[in-house]
Amino acid sequence: MILGLYNYWVVVVLMMTGFYIVIAQGNLIKKIVGLNIFQTSVFILYISMAKVEGGSAPILTDGISQYSNPLPHVLILTAIVVGIATTSLGLALAVRIKEAYGSIEEDEIQDRDNKEC
Amino acid sequence: MDTVISISSAFCLLLGSFLCLTGGIGILRFPDFYTRMHAVGVSDTSAAGMILIGLMLQSPDGIVITKLVIILLMLLFINPAASHALAQAAMQHGLKPLLDKKESDKNNGHNETAHDRTPNEGRSLSNP
Amino acid sequence: MKDLFAVVMLLGIYGLLSASFFVSMDAVDVAFTEASVGAGISTLLMLTTITMVGRYEHAARHKPTLALAVILITGALLIYGTLDMPYFGSPHAPANLHVAPQYLNDAVPGLNNSKQEVGVPNVVTAVLASYRGFDTFGEAAVIFTAGVGVLALLSVVRRPEEDAEIDAINDSMHQQHLILRIVIKILIPFIFLFALYVQFHGDYGPGGGFQAGVIFAVAIILYAMLFGLSTARRVINQSLIQILAAVGVLIYGSVGLVSILNGGNFLDYSALSSDPVAGQHLGILVIELGVGITVTSVMLIIFFNFAGRRENRRVSGSVTGNNSKNSSATKAAR
Repeated sequence: MILGLYNYWVVVVLMMTGFYIVIAQGNLIKKIVGLNIFQTSVFILYISMAKVEGGSAPILTDGISQYSNPLPHVLILTAIVVGIATTSLGLALAVRIKEAYGSIEEDEIQDRDNKEC
Repeated sequence: MDTVISISSAFCLLLGSFLCLTGGIGILRFPDFYTRMHAVGVSDTSAAGMILIGLMLQSPDGIVITKLVIILLMLLFINPAASHALAQAAMQHGLKPLLDKKESDKNNGHNETAHDRTPNEGRSLSNP
Repeated sequence: MKDLFAVVMLLGIYGLLSASFFVSMDAVDVAFTEASVGAGISTLLMLTTITMVGRYEHAARHKPTLALAVILITGALLIYGTLDMPYFGSPHAPANLHVAPQYLNDAVPGLNNSKQEVGVPNVVTAVLASYRGFDTFGEAAVIFTAGVGVLALLSVVRRPEEDAEIDAINDSMHQQHLILRIVIKILIPFIFLFALYVQFHGDYGPGGGFQAGVIFAVAIILYAMLFGLSTARRVINQSLIQILAAVGVLIYGSVGLVSILNGGNFLDYSALSSDPVAGQHLGILVIELGVGITVTSVMLIIFFNFAGRRENRRVSGSVTGNNSKNSSATKAAR
């Protein structure tokens, strides 16, 4: 039973890594990197759920009867592109924050905000 | 004839994997940036070429062979250009190659991390 | 790890590794997209951002013990939750039982079935474009919104005298980048050809609008990196790209409207021509084209704005500023 579920555990480990980076690191760029890792772990979850033992890629050809499930592939295709849209917007925001506050460390930004209040 | 083809294709694939492995060992073990670039540039390109030739020998019909030939041509164009880009960027930023023991002793091992900020069109240890 | 450059490089390697993982999971379309987007464009944008915000991270001030505790508890709960899930690769998992066999069986004639609804061998494209066309419409809108957002955040107004100065700098660099410029001039037509192949061959093999759009944009970005941003701006007009981004989404929406005008539902391609399967082919072709145009234009908008912002900051600086930008840009070219 344990060996059959190892793909979910890999996903959980990656997800927790990404989550830790988002909440514990102070640098904004590292937070965006953590978000990326989190997103990729979710993709791996769906794609590993789609795999059927002995199946092949879901492109219909003669002579193959067992295919992997194409539905999660479609969802993840959309998710990857949305992920890069989010990343690019996050990076643009980081650039503007750097210009406005002079730094991209969370602590220093909060210090500057507290001082100005 | 079939066994000759499959044996030679297996040989090409194994040779390609071995070349890739040596390229990887080269990255880890060579002392200087430029020597590492040389290891990777040469061995990775020839490794990928060998693997592609091995696949070409095994492919079932002409259209797959054509696609593999095109991939090989693209690879032969792009890999050396990329290695050149990396090495030139390093040279332009003042990363000096590790020449010999006397020079490294003189500079106290600062060779690897030299970063001076002046433009370096004139600096050429090997004329470009 | 304090060096953000190393972090970004590792992220690129991670993207490539996950793309190869997707290939081994038989998800070829997804692997294609992840390789081109995750290992290509994402690394490039992060490198551009690092040149603008600073390469090294400052030391953290607080200890992350609370974060570690939260992580461990959440991880344990998640692992407990996965104990009920179906085994890896089992064909009787609920995910593989309800809708997916219908897609696999009904899309193309002759294999297991008698119906033929879509007629496209690549089931992922068939599902993406026809069965789940609404989701793809939303996705095109999301990409467009991201492009508009980056435009709003990072666009700069360029003055003509800066352009002349930048041109002079770029011409003086010609000798330095000679080899790369010539090789790129030979290669860019082939990259375009490959992008067109991927776009229109998406029905029969892995590919489709997204991947093709990204490859198109990458070819133009390569040109812009090596020949200078102002030269690239003269070759590709900026307002044209912005209009094209909107045109792509418009094409997608208008296919839906034409279906309504022909008597079907929104985005029901069977209403597009007299033979429903030919209508499906036509509909899929046109919307993949629309998606490809939007993705290309938005990637170009994002890159040009990032690079333009960077150049705007350094234009009054010394030559070394441009040197470091070009060298980091050529590192990204690898």
